[in-house]
Amino acid sequence: MIRVVLPPHLRALAQVDGEVVLDLSGRVTLRSVLDALEARYPVLSGTIRDHATRQRRPFLRFFACKEDLSHESLDVELPKAVIMGHEPLLVVGAMAGG
Amino acid sequence: MSGVRVLVGTRKGAFILTSDEKREQWNVDGPHFGGWELYHLKGSPADPNRLYASQSSGWFGQLIQRSDDGGKTWEAVGNDFAYDGVPGTHQWYDGTPHPWEFRRVWHLEPSLEDPDVVYAGVEDAALFLSADGGRSWEELPGLRRHESGSAWQPGAGGLCLHTILGDPTNPDRMFVAISAAGAFRTDDAGKTWKPINRGLRSEGIPDPTAEVGHCVHRIAMHSARPNVLFMQKHWDVMRSDDAGETWQEVSGNLPTDFGFAIDVHAHEPETIYVVPIKSDSEHYPLDGSLRVYRSRSGGHEWEPLTNGLPQQDCYVNVLRDAMAVDSLDSCGIYFGTTGGQVYVSPDSGDSWKTIVHDLPPVLSVEVQTLP
Repeated sequence: MIRVVLPPHLRALAQVDGEVVLDLSGRVTLRSVLDALEARYPVLSGTIRDHATRQRRPFLRFFACKEDLSHESLDVELPKAVIMGHEPLLVVGAMAGG
Repeated sequence: MSGVRVLVGTRKGAFILTSDEKREQWNVDGPHFGGWELYHLKGSPADPNRLYASQSSGWFGQLIQRSDDGGKTWEAVGNDFAYDGVPGTHQWYDGTPHPWEFRRVWHLEPSLEDPDVVYAGVEDAALFLSADGGRSWEELPGLRRHESGSAWQPGAGGLCLHTILGDPTNPDRMFVAISAAGAFRTDDAGKTWKPINRGLRSEGIPDPTAEVGHCVHRIAMHSARPNVLFMQKHWDVMRSDDAGETWQEVSGNLPTDFGFAIDVHAHEPETIYVVPIKSDSEHYPLDGSLRVYRSRSGGHEWEPLTNGLPQQDCYVNVLRDAMAVDSLDSCGIYFGTTGGQVYVSPDSGDSWKTIVHDLPPVLSVEVQTLP
């Protein structure tokens, strides 16, 4: 069970309250979590990863277990606490005004 | 009872303003998509309850929203705007090559006949088409692949395709405008495109009368005369009587001919409107006085319209997609400002009222005239 916390605008877009819970089998990476998230909520396609590059959008960050995973490879396994469901993966909008 | 529905896109959401044909009492509905930039919303001429909206954000990218009930409810549809093939490069501000990168949809133009057909003008400049109500998008690559494409440069707002005009008498003909490349026309439904900028003169580019490279801000047309086009260029108000083959300046007695918006009266094809802005570096009205200028002669001779508009200490801008007209018997003129005001004149510009005065900065205004 993977817990994902989305920023408020994406929660509104996906019409979810609170955390999203995903069931993943196999190796749990940022890529596999994002793939599962977009499969569950197609409206999120393109909002976290750019459609063309499939890379993280520049004003978004990935945090977990008090670590910044934003610049990790999408294929690196997530921390065990996230895989076990003890900690959520946070998708965070960069602090930028306007 | 007939009425109007005004679709307002702002920096922080969309608003829908409705009134009866008197246009005195208004209902303000919104914000829709609060916190997002709404560059443009437009209704289908074939089905007024079908609306499209361009919703974007620096954080989350582009979404397209569709409504089938006049804006009461919305559904996010397709947002994958993939350039056809390997996009290559255009020129950056300093003239160096820069990769073509999709940023946002500036303008949505539903087809005149089919509510499921809609065009999107995007930054970096390209034209996309959806034939399934916005669920999927395909580029019409002939425009971007025009031989001049690699030399196109962005204007200050980006390399944006902001104007899409269909010819109601010829489904194969369409006009688009790009800042800062210029105006283009297709006569084969978008397969091939021709620059139509002869007569334009722009300082700030190496050849002031070049075939492309002009910062066209907006083009307007009256549906009864699709060969007559009016243009607000960066500087200069222009007119073409031959579908863009040649242009003549019609700035006449305007106090400044810099501006963004231009539109045509619904029933008088020679009556046109602009909002003069002081200069390219001072994006506000001259002397702090907000004046719409009207020409009843298709240009050259202009009169200021001030009744009901602020005449002192006003330093807002009116952006290119933020003026529209309704088609009620007494033609209504509408515009929105970067100060968050939306004004209406129910009498062709003679007098103005504020519909709403504290919205976020207004990016676009469109009007639907409802039966």
